[in-house]
Amino acid sequence: MSVASADVAEYATWLGDDSLILAQRLGELISRAPELEEDVALGNIALDLLGHARSLLQYAGTATAQNEDDLAYWRTEPDFRSAHLMEQPNGDFAHVIARQLVSAHYLYELYARLQASADLTLAAIAAKAVKEVNYHRDHAAQWTLRLALGTDESRRRMVAALSDVWPYVDELFRDEPFIDRLDGIAARPSTLRTAFDAAIEPVLAEADLAVPRGFTAAGGGRRGVHSEHLAFVLAEMQVLTRAHPGAKW
Amino acid sequence: MTASVEEQQFTDLIAADSRIEPRDWMPDAYRKTLVRQISQHAHSEIIGMQPESNWITRAPSLKRKAILIAKVQDEAGHGLYLYSAAQTLGTSRDEMTDALIAGRARYSSIFNYPAPSWADIGSIGWLVDGAAICNQVPLCRASYGPYGRAMVRICKEESFHQRQGFEILLELMQGTAAQREMAQESVNRWYWPALMMFGPPDDDSPNSAQSMKWKIKRHSNDELRQRFVNMLVPQAAVLGVTLPDPDLRFNEATQLYDLGEIDWTEFHEVLAGRGPANAQRLQRRRDAHDDGRWVREAAAAYAHKMAAKPATDTADADVPNEAAS
Repeated sequence: MSVASADVAEYATWLGDDSLILAQRLGELISRAPELEEDVALGNIALDLLGHARSLLQYAGTATAQNEDDLAYWRTEPDFRSAHLMEQPNGDFAHVIARQLVSAHYLYELYARLQASADLTLAAIAAKAVKEVNYHRDHAAQWTLRLALGTDESRRRMVAALSDVWPYVDELFRDEPFIDRLDGIAARPSTLRTAFDAAIEPVLAEADLAVPRGFTAAGGGRRGVHSEHLAFVLAEMQVLTRAHPGAKW
Repeated sequence: MTASVEEQQFTDLIAADSRIEPRDWMPDAYRKTLVRQISQHAHSEIIGMQPESNWITRAPSLKRKAILIAKVQDEAGHGLYLYSAAQTLGTSRDEMTDALIAGRARYSSIFNYPAPSWADIGSIGWLVDGAAICNQVPLCRASYGPYGRAMVRICKEESFHQRQGFEILLELMQGTAAQREMAQESVNRWYWPALMMFGPPDDDSPNSAQSMKWKIKRHSNDELRQRFVNMLVPQAAVLGVTLPDPDLRFNEATQLYDLGEIDWTEFHEVLAGRGPANAQRLQRRRDAHDDGRWVREAAAAYAHKMAAKPATDTADADVPNEAAS
């Protein structure tokens, strides 16, 4: 693996942290899903995302001679770069699906674009990831339809979930100044929005769901400003490792 | 009394070591025994996800986290194959699930022990999956076809699970003093319950004889337990852990290990619902089932609406379903 520059490492950390925190959230659900088939499906998705996170964090770590575990377990909250969407608690299954619908559509557009990155490591990671998040997109879209068009209760829950999740969409497409230095390497977030909207809107239309209007969360994850939830996620994820500095597992 | 033609065919198939398939006639008792055994096995896979999923969010490295997610996911998959195998005998998954969450069905008592330490993920793989493999490899030749075939795939995955458990413990035993202590403490807790997984001693195992006659079961409980210990002793030496049985020694005459006394009172207590985590395991399964009801209802309602739509309409995926709004 080539050595990432400081800027590329910062960008790989954005992407790696998004996948890591989302995988961590989905990991909470395994053995608690509404059907055994969903335990398998959510486990699969978590595993894919964790795989992406590991590749991205390994690459980010090359800039500072750290490995994936140094980055996952020994950074503190302000050093994480995850978007607030990925940090949101699972809530009910409709909230899980709403978060999956948005994140998978975002990640798909991101990796589809990043396959053409001038950075060959990022391009290779993206080429593998795009196929997997395409399945995640389909999984979320199918469930969005079932929940939105199933029963009165499921529809009520799906509508509420989408409107709870939607305020966190904007942050995914916000450019941070350092992105200017990664022209041709990073997928500039703001330029992914059109494709995201074009892909997600037909799913919402088929599910007879309106694009929610209302709050837009201030975000800040890319600058290390996180939701209240992240500290709890990290506390749980890091507790054992931090109790045994220097240990191998 | 002479056997009916069907019964004779069944007996001949068993005698010829052939497979009984779902379409074949079989005695009611054979069917009942299989449903009991296969559904218990399926429930064990599903309940068995809990002690391990307890560590997914806290796994101490990303590699371990990935392996653990894959393992727990395999267990859900095993549960699904086994429920399907049992369904071929005419019992629905819903019936089996209802029996489980109502506390009427059994599952392996081992999962009523808690996993408070990371090393327990190692011990569950090494000892619990190891014992399960000893029990299950002979089941690949079980006389009932769908069960035997499900077991072939399950055993392949279980042997991978056992190796990953061994590897977790090996890493701990080669690590810091605190990690070695963590590993030994965990093996101390899991060793005896793992031996109990083979069931009561042969002279106290009411269902065994008939199951062996039907070739569902191929070896006695004590025989399998012995085989397991023979496998463990050299592995424990490689790990550097002590098996917590001061009476364990090799018997030159029998070429087997003599074991200390197993505490069968503990076995019966846990079986009777008085183990460390029986209530918690069942509650968690019931909560997941209850919390998921509205989701399953939505999926069923949606499938029903789609099936009811005219063919031309369903072919067009972009048409919103008006009936739902």
